Amino acid sequence: MVVRLLVNLSRFIVTFFAATVAVFLLMRAIPGDPAQIALGVNASPELLEETRRQLGTDRPLPVQYVDWVTGLPQGNFGVSFVTRQDISPMIADRVQVSLILVMLSMVVALLIAIPFGTLAAVRHRQPSGVLISAMSQLGVAIPGFLAGILLVVVFAVGLGWLPSNGWTPPGEDFGDFLRRLVLPVAALASVQGAILTRYVRSAVLEVMSEDYLRTARAKGLGPLEALVRHGLRNASIPVLTVTSVQLAALIVGAVVVERVFVIPGLGSMLLDAVGNRDMLTVQSVVMVLVAITLIINLVVDLLYTVLDPRIRKKA
Amino acid sequence: MSQSTDIASPPGEPDAVVRRPLRRLSATLAVGTTIVVIVVLAALISLFWTPYDPVKAFPAERLQGSSALHLMGTDKFGRDVFSGILYGARITLMVGLISVGIAVVVGTPLGILAGMRGGATEEITMRGADILLAFPALLLAIMFGAVFGASTTTAMVAIGIGSIPGFARVARSGTLQVMSTEYVLAARASSQSAFRIARRHVLPNIAGMVVVQCSVTFALAVLAEAALSFLGLGTPPPVPSWGRMLQESQQFLGTFPMLVVWPGAAIAVAVLGFNLLGDGLRDRFDPKLNGER
Repeated sequence: MVVRLLVNLSRFIVTFFAATVAVFLLMRAIPGDPAQIALGVNASPELLEETRRQLGTDRPLPVQYVDWVTGLPQGNFGVSFVTRQDISPMIADRVQVSLILVMLSMVVALLIAIPFGTLAAVRHRQPSGVLISAMSQLGVAIPGFLAGILLVVVFAVGLGWLPSNGWTPPGEDFGDFLRRLVLPVAALASVQGAILTRYVRSAVLEVMSEDYLRTARAKGLGPLEALVRHGLRNASIPVLTVTSVQLAALIVGAVVVERVFVIPGLGSMLLDAVGNRDMLTVQSVVMVLVAITLIINLVVDLLYTVLDPRIRKKA
Repeated sequence: MSQSTDIASPPGEPDAVVRRPLRRLSATLAVGTTIVVIVVLAALISLFWTPYDPVKAFPAERLQGSSALHLMGTDKFGRDVFSGILYGARITLMVGLISVGIAVVVGTPLGILAGMRGGATEEITMRGADILLAFPALLLAIMFGAVFGASTTTAMVAIGIGSIPGFARVARSGTLQVMSTEYVLAARASSQSAFRIARRHVLPNIAGMVVVQCSVTFALAVLAEAALSFLGLGTPPPVPSWGRMLQESQQFLGTFPMLVVWPGAAIAVAVLGFNLLGDGLRDRFDPKLNGER
């Protein structure tokens, strides 16, 4: 188990640093000089020289890379070339917003997917099971931002029950925080719930054909009781894998949904930075998103060993 | 479809178990294929004919509802929405085809190579796939958009690169399965070249899985392109794309919600079609599942 932990941890570190190199090189492939972009075309050569020194872009690329990458583990992302402000406090601020949105959406999605997916599997030959499958198939086809727009049309514009966009920090006005969170979370969670429902269904279907479940039935347990006591733990492993993959997709999906609902998260920050050609901010936000994805994968891999004793023994 | 199944099953066989699921599988495949054909037809038709010029503005006819003249009404510039939807199908299909093409051409050989060679080749290829997997296609496309500017080409290339790991993984796991079979063992014993084994035995056997991955990736590419165009990082104006039609009509949510509904429905139906096609094909190609669903 310790070996497995170390292997995973070293893979995480290698992947992370390989990703930093890739992102850094891609971002520096941009035609143009950051100082020129910041100052505009009419800047004098002296001012450009001065600005390059201030930004640190006059140094060789490897030096710039090392400078940037050694700051990352300490949460030090450097100073934006465009706004000339420290990027780190803004990321710290935005990451909370995005994490609240993404985590809450994932929890709601699982609360939808686990009961409905199980039901769809248990009743897979009945109309109710087929209906759930059809609904989930439809949900998978709708992108999160479209779900968001449609929810706004119905619940904000049509019925006027909820605000159509905006964000209130939870410390400021908790009621308003929740009210503004309902539609974006519903948009992300409904789509994600549909995706996960399909996986829960097939995982439970798989488990239902196992011998041990037949044994459990033979010793007198009802169908649902047998499934809950012996089946769901086994069905949870493939679902966990998918959840971790989907969590990464959800983080990126949230980028677009944040735009729809004007939520000041990492997604809005990324898109604003792209619009301003603020490359250092873009590469920093991207690395934060990638780091979150990798950390999730690491945690999930540890969870496997908790859920599946066979993996624990093998290592 | 079901007709031929009935005839095909030999009399006296206990085929009741097999026949029912088979018929249902065909329904998934049939609906998926139908939708995909409709999208392809829309794209083909738009090459030769659209009711109006999809990019030409008619300010006098702006924001009209559905009518005999304008099937889906007109947008804020007076452009015919139906023409835009037809033209958008072309963009959608082109993005899907090119990005899936990039991913399948690069990812599949890499996966086969990793599966057949093993050792360091496998380790390097799959770790590379892991690194790329940390960048979802959409995130990659946003970065590419920032660096190279927003265009349909940038979006296609980025989505394509982002989809490579999926193909590499599918091809590798399929190859590993094939390599452990006896006929590959026999082929190796008769000292056939690795390339020949890959072409004669591995590729035909994993082709089904790769085709399924193509269909699923196509759906994801359509979603990614729609999101990118919605964000203004995909197909630039004035070329109509479903994602940007959505974004442009967002300001009319309260007054003309149908302007959102049409492109939204187009995206959802296209994605549904490719997903159903993938599901149907998967059930076809994976005999393990046949009895169960």
